[in-house]
Amino acid sequence: MELTGAEIAIKCLQEEEVEYVFGYPGGAVLFIYDALFNQDKVKHVLVRHEQAAVHAADGYSRSTDKVGVALVTSGPGVTNAVTGIATAYMDSIPLVVISGQVPTSYIGEDAFQEVDAVGITRPCVKHNFLVKDAKDIASTMKKAFYLAKSGRPGPVLVDIPKDVSNQKVEYSYPSSVNIRSYNPEMHGDVAQIKRAAHLLIEAKRPMIYAGGGVVLADASKQLADLVRLLGMPCTNTLMGLGGYPATDKQFVGMLGMHGTYEANMGMQNCDVLLAVGARFDDRVIGNVAHFGSVPRKIIHIDIDPASISKRVQVDVPIVGDVGNVLGDLLAVLHSSKQKPDADALAAWWKQIDEWRARNSLKYKNSSEIIKPQYVIEKLYEITHGEAFVTSDVGQHQMFAAQYYKFDQPRRWINSGGLGTMGFGLPAAMGVQLAHPGAPVACVTGEGSIQMNIQELSTCKQFRLPIKVISLNNRYLGMVRQWQEFFHGNRYSESYMDALPDFVKLAEAYGHVGIRVDNPSDVEGALREAFARKDELVFMDFRTDPTENVFPMVPGGKGLSEVILAEDL
Amino acid sequence: MRHIISLLMENEAGALSRVAGLFSARGYNIESLTVAPTEDVTLSRMTIVTRGSDAIIEQIKKQLNKLIEVVAVIDLTDGNHLERELMLVKLRAQGEAREELKRMADIFRGRIIDVSDKTYTIELTGTGSKLDSFLNAIDRNLILETVRTGSSGIGRGDRILKL
Repeated sequence: MELTGAEIAIKCLQEEEVEYVFGYPGGAVLFIYDALFNQDKVKHVLVRHEQAAVHAADGYSRSTDKVGVALVTSGPGVTNAVTGIATAYMDSIPLVVISGQVPTSYIGEDAFQEVDAVGITRPCVKHNFLVKDAKDIASTMKKAFYLAKSGRPGPVLVDIPKDVSNQKVEYSYPSSVNIRSYNPEMHGDVAQIKRAAHLLIEAKRPMIYAGGGVVLADASKQLADLVRLLGMPCTNTLMGLGGYPATDKQFVGMLGMHGTYEANMGMQNCDVLLAVGARFDDRVIGNVAHFGSVPRKIIHIDIDPASISKRVQVDVPIVGDVGNVLGDLLAVLHSSKQKPDADALAAWWKQIDEWRARNSLKYKNSSEIIKPQYVIEKLYEITHGEAFVTSDVGQHQMFAAQYYKFDQPRRWINSGGLGTMGFGLPAAMGVQLAHPGAPVACVTGEGSIQMNIQELSTCKQFRLPIKVISLNNRYLGMVRQWQEFFHGNRYSESYMDALPDFVKLAEAYGHVGIRVDNPSDVEGALREAFARKDELVFMDFRTDPTENVFPMVPGGKGLSEVILAEDL
Repeated sequence: MRHIISLLMENEAGALSRVAGLFSARGYNIESLTVAPTEDVTLSRMTIVTRGSDAIIEQIKKQLNKLIEVVAVIDLTDGNHLERELMLVKLRAQGEAREELKRMADIFRGRIIDVSDKTYTIELTGTGSKLDSFLNAIDRNLILETVRTGSSGIGRGDRILKL
């Protein structure tokens, strides 16, 4: 069957059972949009800015286990998409981004809307392709989906010149894909898994530290089985929240810069650390030398060999799919006659409970002014912990991570690695489309929301009843906090002056806006918002501008060098 | 420490920029890099000379392996290997120096591959340090131009990097 390159590209999306494409048309992708128009299997969501297209595809992917797809035009279409691509890359989210390119004969001539898409995205994609002949589109698309989803997932860009999308060739979709240079290790080494089991059984002060890899590998069940079998404490990274149920008694909270006291002290003082799908990020373990000053054995399970011993030398590296390795580890532990040292564990739990008793997340509520933590606690209560929560970046993100207790994976959607302000609202669009009818909250701030606020228009067009929870403290809160702590209270450019009236703004876009000034109105406003099942409700909570996020491990410090609210 | 890393990669447009980009993005050092297709035209062979601690070299190898188009990576420095570099050097060869330069070229087993009434162009192959020694052995003022390829390396005996 002879088809144009554009028709082939769309056929490939159909073959991959793509439900939604998030995109924005332009000159170089006109043929592709024409092919989209002529079918109804793949639905297109028209965003208002290409960055949002990629974030929406990303949110869609994070909340499901599917590959997110975005479609943008050449030049500014691609450059606008770069922030979204880099966001997905840092958090290992599987995306296929199709970009238009100027016709092949124009490439390199500084043509209208020409940019070297492959060059400009190269450092922030898992892989990318420039397709120079329509006969290569099908095999390239097949590879793109395979690369995006397999191994350590990530975004893949496919750049298609305009003439290629209009070139007619014979079409057939490959049934399999083989890339000789790419064979991710799926199963961990048996001997290493046995060594790991032995170390865990012998441990006196063990700690299990699980990251986004557990969520991406859909391995929460295996993780929970392991944690329960061993009776050990478990912490999650920001990316891993929901990977282990937050309400479980063996969960010691999130770790890292704004992690709980017990999680960070447990990390610092454990004698055996099992890291699962986590990468010892600087925001997670702080100062490497300080972390390394306490001797401990480290077991690290990760699909990406390059993540192992990158920042911290590990003793037992296990490369493989997290779910498979945890399954194998469980099997070894089940068949082992030796059991963990119950007395040592009891003593360790006693120590952890002492740290826990510091209650590092306590805050002083107020009847005068809304505390951001209180809003999140109420959000948790009202949604019974079952909402999908996206966030932007800053204090509100940390409050959401600390006070919303995620019991399930893929419910907490945030930009952890790149820290992209403007992520929350478009990500929520992808989540809402993937889960129609489910409660979706976008926790944001008055700074972040303005970075992609135009998407309120997309939400109207596609009737996405997202609940926007803006913790409006009139400051770039996290910047302000650092300026207070480390820059002598000099609030350089962190005050958000000339804010719009967000209620009117929401209304202008055709949504419902609610402004909340008093703590006593918080719960009512949230209840009303979630009761409006078919409407987007923008809640402008006027929160305490001086509130800080605690605990805090200052940048460059060690995990035990933490500042607690009570210290100040 | 100095390491010579050899790799095989798909002979495709852009593959070189992925490797070069990786080194600059992650702040690794490249002393030299050579690349050309192999007898199997679908593959290119690259030799990279770099420096770093053991941990950094380990990361470099892992990061190179992670590039989708990289088929195989070895650190030649891990075992016995041979290393050669080609240099073309154009020298001012007039008067007394003309005879002296010919002798030096002979001592270093170089070949004079181009002659004009004022210049010699000498081709010299060897390890980087041999080429350095040649340049140090002659009067700096006589050197008009040098071109060096950077090191190529190969394992000794049965050490083979092939698909």
